[in-house]
Amino acid sequence: MSGQHIHAEPTNFFRKHVFSVDHKVIAKQFLWFGLIWLGIGGVMAMMIRWQLANPGEPVPVIGSMLFPRTNGVLDPATYNTLFTMHGTIMIFLGLTPLMIGAIGNWSIPLMIGARDMIFPLLNCLSFWAMFLGGAVGFISLFVPLGATEAGWTGYPTLSTTINGVGSGETLWAIAVFLIGASSIMGGINYMTTVIRLRAPGMTWQRLPLTVWGIFLTSVLNVLFVPVIGSAMLLLIMDRVFGTTFFIPASIMQGAGGGDPILYQHLFWIFGHPEVYILILPAWGIIGDLLSFFSRKPAFGYRAQVGAMVAVTLLSAVVYGHHMFTTGLSAMLGESFMLLTMIISVPAEILFFNWLHTLWKGNLRLTTPMLFSMGVIFVFGLGGLTGIYLATIGTDIFLHDTYFVVGHFHLTMAASALFATFAGIYFWFPKMFAREMNEFLGKTHFWFTVIPLVTVFCLMFVMGYAGMPRRYYDHTSAEYLRSLQHLNKYATHAAFLLGAAQLVFVYNFIRSRWWGKPASQNPWEVGTLDWTMETPVPHYNFKEIPEVFTGPHEFSNPDIPDGKDWISMTEKLKA
Amino acid sequence: MSTVQAASAEHGDQEDLVEDLAHFGKATGGKIAMWMFIAQDGMSFGGLLFAYGVLRASAESWPIPSDILGIPLTALATFLLICSSLSMVFAVLAAQERNQAALVRWLGVTIMGGVTFLGIQAYEYTHLVHIGIGFAESSWQGEPINNLFGTTFYAVTGFHGLHVFSGVIYLCCVLRGAMAGKYTQGGHSYSPVELVGLFWHFVDLVWILVFTFIYLL
Repeated sequence: MSGQHIHAEPTNFFRKHVFSVDHKVIAKQFLWFGLIWLGIGGVMAMMIRWQLANPGEPVPVIGSMLFPRTNGVLDPATYNTLFTMHGTIMIFLGLTPLMIGAIGNWSIPLMIGARDMIFPLLNCLSFWAMFLGGAVGFISLFVPLGATEAGWTGYPTLSTTINGVGSGETLWAIAVFLIGASSIMGGINYMTTVIRLRAPGMTWQRLPLTVWGIFLTSVLNVLFVPVIGSAMLLLIMDRVFGTTFFIPASIMQGAGGGDPILYQHLFWIFGHPEVYILILPAWGIIGDLLSFFSRKPAFGYRAQVGAMVAVTLLSAVVYGHHMFTTGLSAMLGESFMLLTMIISVPAEILFFNWLHTLWKGNLRLTTPMLFSMGVIFVFGLGGLTGIYLATIGTDIFLHDTYFVVGHFHLTMAASALFATFAGIYFWFPKMFAREMNEFLGKTHFWFTVIPLVTVFCLMFVMGYAGMPRRYYDHTSAEYLRSLQHLNKYATHAAFLLGAAQLVFVYNFIRSRWWGKPASQNPWEVGTLDWTMETPVPHYNFKEIPEVFTGPHEFSNPDIPDGKDWISMTEKLKA
Repeated sequence: MSTVQAASAEHGDQEDLVEDLAHFGKATGGKIAMWMFIAQDGMSFGGLLFAYGVLRASAESWPIPSDILGIPLTALATFLLICSSLSMVFAVLAAQERNQAALVRWLGVTIMGGVTFLGIQAYEYTHLVHIGIGFAESSWQGEPINNLFGTTFYAVTGFHGLHVFSGVIYLCCVLRGAMAGKYTQGGHSYSPVELVGLFWHFVDLVWILVFTFIYLL
């Protein structure tokens, strides 16, 4: 079968570690790339929090180094750049490469029993397109007149030359375009691999939920990323060639002008599915992990898959709820509101199934399990507050306040991040053949989840009290001064959250090189990735395995030899 | 169909071919991936045509396209492009029939169709710029007109032109393999010709939409 040949392992350093076509190496490249950007985006978040708590005061420690011109004080332009690039980096260069690039690349071939992705070269190109996008984004921070200041959504007219005069904004658009191209290449590759290279017996109904999640994400990537590609092309034309796609007639000198709202449509046609692009793999990962560590079959496997498919379909038709305040017609607004509310039905089905998977399970509270349960908690908080934002009446009041910031950080940021951490802790022993330290892992979890929930719940309070997002100095408004003590608490919690990530960095680096050697199957689960030896050999499976049981056959009385788990390649007692 | 079957029967792999045509599950990875690529490319065009529709529908004034754009010439280009789709079909059939000479001939005809289309487009662009329709600013018979007319025209047709250009390069690569006899060895060896065919038909199909929305409506 195509793509299933075994080639000799490359010996040249560049072919082996840099321009490798091996999915395992590419997964690790995405992992390091994503972690570095997660760190950069995290430092930006810390500086934003500092400014919110102490407006106009010099940023301690790193401030004078990064902003010598202002002696470490964040000026308004720098502040705008920080929140813009924080969002862009975390979504496109942090979570996307980590969850879809690293975990996707690692788990798909190993979990479905394939020797590699079906198009290994395309896989390599996907990483390097994203690397190039990251490089362009990084360079944009250092061009004259600075990087983009338009917010991560890049709305015109803020992002056209009328406001963003520097080339940083153009480079931002090019970076988003390149990263989008990378996502499309990855998506086509993942889907084709899952369709064509499943091992014999690996039916769609035996596919681990992780693979389902990444497969459905790939569908959304392939269909909706091109739309933001078009939007970025039009934006670049407006900025470079003087066209007026998004510049309104009212501020034009010549005849005719464009429509800034058009950009918002194009952006959110992509932007809303993007939320699910980040959350579907997270749902898939925790669907598997909750079952693995409860030692019970995933409750309602088919219902979970069905719910994820339903969300994938619905995600395409709800984007208008981002635009209730743009003068959308009332009928359209109500349709979008209804469709958005309908998404909570499949979401509830998932919650019910997760909780029922845990119910009366033989819970093993390992670090990946803690993070998976953390996803249920933070996604629950974020999802419930989403109902207020889906309702037009309340959304008009809450629009562009910190309520929204708290909501999307809990849903797409924290949930996706927790699932990513769960995935990293879970696959680390297979990836690097060493174990991560459990005590440090649990410390990391508790010092992440408590401050994180504190920060974002305080944001709900502040947003409900009317604090708008993206303001440079909230204390300049009389009515917001009484909220300043909450901003200070939130900042303290955020710093604690940031410090907790250092525990992860220490644990990751130490375990990577000096950790205890891992056994073949430390978690005692039956999916194909754990049934092969550690470290994973070149081209994974010498013999393509044959699958006889589902991925979650835990505590089944028909399992031979008194274990509570069974490898997917073994048969249950007849 | 009869020629295909006859040719296949002659080489004894009729069952193989029929099975291949009958079952989606048997599609090669390349074919699935090409269909996905077409889906994503369709969404890119969708984004641009959506933008065009919104801008034109909400514009205060919009010139009548057929006044400015030369419909007969573009209709000829459209006809040529559709003909090149037909020659592409013959090329795929020739590959399946393991007829190398016919494959090379039909690929050559297809490439000629694409190149002629690009030539007509280049002529059209020069002419339009000459009469005042620019990318950022447009005037018609000395009067300034909605500059978005020119902008959307060049953006959409230019994006399509890039696709034709890539398609021609892709076809040239396939032609090289065809001359080396790579695709006429029976079995699945014709696949790359089929894939370039899928892309080429897609590019032609999109042009029908572009021609309708930009020129005719």
